[in-house]
Amino acid sequence: MAEAKVAPRPLSPHLQIYRWSWTMAMSVVHRITGVALYGGIALFAVWLVALASGPNAFDNVQWFFGSPIGYLVLFGYTWILMHHMLGGVRHLVWDFGHGMEAAQRINMARFTLVGSVALTLAIWVVAFIAF
Amino acid sequence: MADNRADTRVSMRTPLARVKGLGASGHGVEHWWIHRMTAVSNIPLIIAFVIIVAALAASPSYQDAIAIISHPLVAIILILAVISVTNHMRLGMQIVIEDYVHDKGLKIAAVIANNFYAVIIGVACLYAILKVSLGRILV
Repeated sequence: MAEAKVAPRPLSPHLQIYRWSWTMAMSVVHRITGVALYGGIALFAVWLVALASGPNAFDNVQWFFGSPIGYLVLFGYTWILMHHMLGGVRHLVWDFGHGMEAAQRINMARFTLVGSVALTLAIWVVAFIAF
Repeated sequence: MADNRADTRVSMRTPLARVKGLGASGHGVEHWWIHRMTAVSNIPLIIAFVIIVAALAASPSYQDAIAIISHPLVAIILILAVISVTNHMRLGMQIVIEDYVHDKGLKIAAVIANNFYAVIIGVACLYAILKVSLGRILV
């Protein structure tokens, strides 16, 4: 059989060709936050292992989390976690066949952003007041 | 005009493959299903996790942290959260890898690394929680 020639085949366009919409943006953010959480959980593992290692290791790790950069990381991590959680709830709603209408989709996408910011602020305000 | 071809609707799959219903991947909808199941279990566990971390942030001393983590309720919730989250993230990252890594060898390597990472994170967290909490009775 003659060797098959690879013809230049048309490719489906990637993200940059489309006009940004709420659902598309929140879908992209859902994936990015998922990847960020994947890496970020290592921080929790380091904290736990330091706790299990003894006071010296623990104090070193606590110094980082208590620093301005540490707080920034924790604050960012809170938002990323809340956004991924609300985005996940949105996906579960879709899995049950609800919320497929255009207006519902856009409202749910907006809610993921607004809700995640509100939850993040609420968590930090409550954490500072209550504890 | 009579169509003399063999029936084009006949499946090439064996009856055994059909009755198993696992498809070309060999594991059916298991990946999808466990991803959803852990998504559901993540919700209450992550809410509890956030509350625990907030309590930890409020009392930053070593003794306080040991006392909080070694409380049975906290330790059990954290163990469940670690199991649920590491499985969820392992499945999620595999989807990302399969979407973007097209070179077959690289893809296999990435999926293996993904599994190793998830297991290492999970074992490290579980070992630390158990070491801190086992045998420590709060008086």
